[in-house]
Amino acid sequence: MFEASPINRKNLSRQKLFRFIFGAMTASLILPVVLILGTLIFKGAPVISFDFLFTNPTKGMTAGGIFPALLGTILLVMVALVASVPLGVAAAIYLSEYAPDNWFTRTINLAIINLAGVPSIVHALFGLGAFVLFFRFGTSILAASLTLAIMTLPVVIVSTRESLQSVPLAFREACWNMGATRWQTIRRIVLPNAVTGILTGVILEVSRTAGETAPIMFTGAVFFLPFLPQGVFDQTMALSLHLFVVSTQVPDMPEAVPYGVALVLIGMVLLMNSASIALRMYLRGKKKW
Amino acid sequence: MKKPTPPSATLLDFNKRNRDWYLDKLVQALVFIGGISAIVFIIGIFVFITKEGMGFLVGDFSFKEFFLSPNWRPTSETKATYGILALIAGTASVTGLAMLVAIPFSLGTAIFIAEFATGKTREFLKVTVELLAAIPSVVWGFIGLAIMNPLIIEIFHVPVGLNVLNAGIILGLMAAPIMTSIAEDALKAVPDRYREAAEALGATRWQVIYKVVLPAAKNGLLGAVLLGVGRGFGETMAVLMATGHAINIPTSVFDSVRALTATIAAELGETAVGSPHYKALFTIGIALFLITFIINLIADLVVRGVRKG
Repeated sequence: MFEASPINRKNLSRQKLFRFIFGAMTASLILPVVLILGTLIFKGAPVISFDFLFTNPTKGMTAGGIFPALLGTILLVMVALVASVPLGVAAAIYLSEYAPDNWFTRTINLAIINLAGVPSIVHALFGLGAFVLFFRFGTSILAASLTLAIMTLPVVIVSTRESLQSVPLAFREACWNMGATRWQTIRRIVLPNAVTGILTGVILEVSRTAGETAPIMFTGAVFFLPFLPQGVFDQTMALSLHLFVVSTQVPDMPEAVPYGVALVLIGMVLLMNSASIALRMYLRGKKKW
Repeated sequence: MKKPTPPSATLLDFNKRNRDWYLDKLVQALVFIGGISAIVFIIGIFVFITKEGMGFLVGDFSFKEFFLSPNWRPTSETKATYGILALIAGTASVTGLAMLVAIPFSLGTAIFIAEFATGKTREFLKVTVELLAAIPSVVWGFIGLAIMNPLIIEIFHVPVGLNVLNAGIILGLMAAPIMTSIAEDALKAVPDRYREAAEALGATRWQVIYKVVLPAAKNGLLGAVLLGVGRGFGETMAVLMATGHAINIPTSVFDSVRALTATIAAELGETAVGSPHYKALFTIGIALFLITFIINLIADLVVRGVRKG
């Protein structure tokens, strides 16, 4: 009675065909990248050593290590976080807890989408015009970090808003009914329940910030510095710009060095992202509501 | 989501306007400042790049030369010309090829992940796609330079491997994971009862996808494509390193080109602040800002269309 008719069979074989086609597409999107990453590891791993990570470059950057670039990236990321996390979390609290559903809130959302979509080189132009020239920070860590902070602000806002909204409405209602103000509710109930979710967003932002190159090129990062930065008004080297420099600007560069720099950069970024994903999965498993 | 409203303070609060009341109002004002910061920054970006580029727009700028001349010779001592046609052609050819690669593959991958894959496979693919989207653009540029370049020279027997093909593939691989995740979200947003209803009528999985899910998700998918186009269009480091950076209107995929974004990145460091060249680069920035703004606006309108329906 339930035997497949020719039409059923035709439909089923068509389903199998499309399943195969889409599966093959998935594979052909992922496999080349895996191969490329494999090549990076294969060629870059031999260069990486304690000395490579913790000494200064020598001989016009063709030898020695990448320490100033590594330190510079960490400094840039930290200053950027100090600026963007409080602002981003505040924006997310406003959007999730206060904002009414009207044209003004839609405008804010559109602005966030655009902030994320503006080309990174335009952010660089803005950083140069605003922070370096108008506010007279000069090309400095401060100017570069603020440029990065504005560029990655949407990452914090979007992920924080999501984790705030995943706190059930009933929690808030229970708290309001006790006579608590909005802020008391947010501070005692909403934020404690969302804090790990916010952390995943912050880690993602660190990873984005560390990898960006264009926005820091004219605002604070330089090709080479003979000394380490002493404060936020100094210029700095950065890992991402260093990769650009060693792979395009330096003649007679030993082939392995840029591979090593690329591997350190990508290792840092993927580690951060994996940590963020792992934290998110742990959270999902733990959630009681 | 419908916004929750707490009961008005006057009902509950007997000694109103105490310390907590003022604190509450203060925080409300502070987070409001956070909320409008995004708008302030977008306006700020436009104002500051316009301020720097304005001198060119009112001075040496000629609409005809700027958009229709392929001669970008800002450093010429006899007569500097600022035509961005060749740069537009460079950006368009690379982005076009990238989208030719990325759109079908990322939509296919999104369909596979959202509709065919199950359990562990699905989780694995989702995480992988997310990680691929995180690879920094300068690393992609390096891949174009160090891995794709010799590969293209060897396979196609061409003298230079830094060209439209190289940058197009790199940009395609870069944009695909982002498009895949947005497209997958759009497919996931189609309610399961649509699928169940179709399956109850005896439809196979493919029939469900083709006749039910895709039509229902088409606005979201279009939004994903548009955001991918915007991303590819604005990409800087990868196209700077993989295109060959030669001013050229391409006639084949093996020609080197130069992109709008890459021109700013390569030349801004060498111009004097306030010079016509410097201002012309900011004017390209204004054009880039406006074009991505329009793309994002359209994408947002298209996606919102699906939420209302």
